[in-house]
Amino acid sequence: MTSSVDIDDVTLTYRGATGAVLALQGTSLIVPQGEFAAVVGPSGCGKSSLMKLVTGLLPPDSGQIVIFGNRVRGPVKIAGMAFQNPNLLPWRTVTDNVLLPLEIVEPHRNRFRRNKAQYRSEAVALLKTVGLDGFGQRHPWELSGGMQQRASLCRALIHHPALLMLDEPFAALDAFTREELWLVLRDLWQKIGFTVILVTHDLREATFLADRVHVMSARPGRIVMTKAVDLPRPRELDICFEPRFTDIVHELRAKIGEVRNA
Amino acid sequence: MNSALEKLSPWAFTICLFVVWELACRIFKIDKFILPTPSEAFVAMAQYWSPLLRHSAVTLWTTMAGFALAIAFGIVLGLVVGWSRAIYRGLYPVMIGFNSIPKVAVVPILIMWFGIGEVPAILTAFLISFFPIVVNVATGLATMEPELEDVLRALGANKLDIMLKVGIPRTQPYLFGSLKVAITLAFVGTVVSETVGANAGLGYQIALAGSNFQMPLVFAALLLLAVEGIVMYAAFAYVEVYFTRWAFRSSMSAAA
Repeated sequence: MTSSVDIDDVTLTYRGATGAVLALQGTSLIVPQGEFAAVVGPSGCGKSSLMKLVTGLLPPDSGQIVIFGNRVRGPVKIAGMAFQNPNLLPWRTVTDNVLLPLEIVEPHRNRFRRNKAQYRSEAVALLKTVGLDGFGQRHPWELSGGMQQRASLCRALIHHPALLMLDEPFAALDAFTREELWLVLRDLWQKIGFTVILVTHDLREATFLADRVHVMSARPGRIVMTKAVDLPRPRELDICFEPRFTDIVHELRAKIGEVRNA
Repeated sequence: MNSALEKLSPWAFTICLFVVWELACRIFKIDKFILPTPSEAFVAMAQYWSPLLRHSAVTLWTTMAGFALAIAFGIVLGLVVGWSRAIYRGLYPVMIGFNSIPKVAVVPILIMWFGIGEVPAILTAFLISFFPIVVNVATGLATMEPELEDVLRALGANKLDIMLKVGIPRTQPYLFGSLKVAITLAFVGTVVSETVGANAGLGYQIALAGSNFQMPLVFAALLLLAVEGIVMYAAFAYVEVYFTRWAFRSSMSAAA
């Protein structure tokens, strides 16, 4: 089995104004190619630091990170990212927002002008798969929060990244919209087959979507438990009410309660 | 109905102001060498329309010339200051110090360098109005969402990409907002300079009429100055809405 993300014994310290904060210590995590991994943990455990390390935005103090066989030494260009805040550019239409990565990432940026029509039709097709058919020419402020987040997912995926990094992407949405977007993400992942690392504090979300759920300890964060979710796919929302699902959620919850008090 | 009322209200308030002014002067029998009535000012405006028109034109063009310099210089300096934290921290105290100097104190120096005339007026208008433009452009760049920067950097974007794709477009509302403030300051700069040393312009006219005790003419010139200020403010307010409609919409949707 080839691994797409291999985090090996990584330490990360933030040097802030109030002194150094040890965010991660001895953190190791392996995500096989095409796997949907979720990282859960108490707040402030360094989940977001993990995101920055994997995408190469921050260098680790020690240890190493290997992505698709290459050691990370700077920003990796094969990752798509989405955050809790959709961060769409209000002066661009939804389609132009989705196209933004293609204007930047190699090799698309050099072909962007020439292939604009083709890229545009790709963006429109992608918007259609997340249920935003016909909204391409609208501006972000004309869309609801859930729709903006769908567009944000499209922007993260337009350049066919092998790795999708999600930092609490659905945390600001209401419960119904959140569940809708679980399905959107589930379908995209099953259709395209990229590797996902989903950082979340919603244990049901992690259990519903992921192949394996990794539990992080309180700061300094490291992986204290890895739980394989052996529920059959494709999963429907009804599974959330089955005992085998809730058993997993309870187990994760107990572990997090334990590390919070530790 | 309500919107019609809203459109009329600026005119109504202006007329009210003139009526109150007129009545106050008449009721309290205020000497016209202290405060002339608005009607006397308008009579003076009609009587001296030709020199007033000429001086208004001079003040308008010197202000616009100084303001154009301020926009060009302000945008460039704002982009430089907003580009990096180090430049921001280094240049900011210097700019604040510079902005704290009353520009009226600088006018004699400019007159020594460039002689009496329009050049000191243009430069004073420039000096007084570039500061808010610099601060706003720099603020627009400095308040960029860090997560958005992460998204772009993770795609391999360099600093220039981030500036062109995000920084500069998102600075637009800040820039156009500052132009409205800066244009009124530019008028102050021009008139200060014209009052201290010039041979044309509304400031010169005010100083001249004042020394001749022609108070209605002084107030006529002041009113024309106010009109020029309002017209230019309105022009830049229109430009702002026209170019950054998205910012008005998105802030409204955020408030809702």
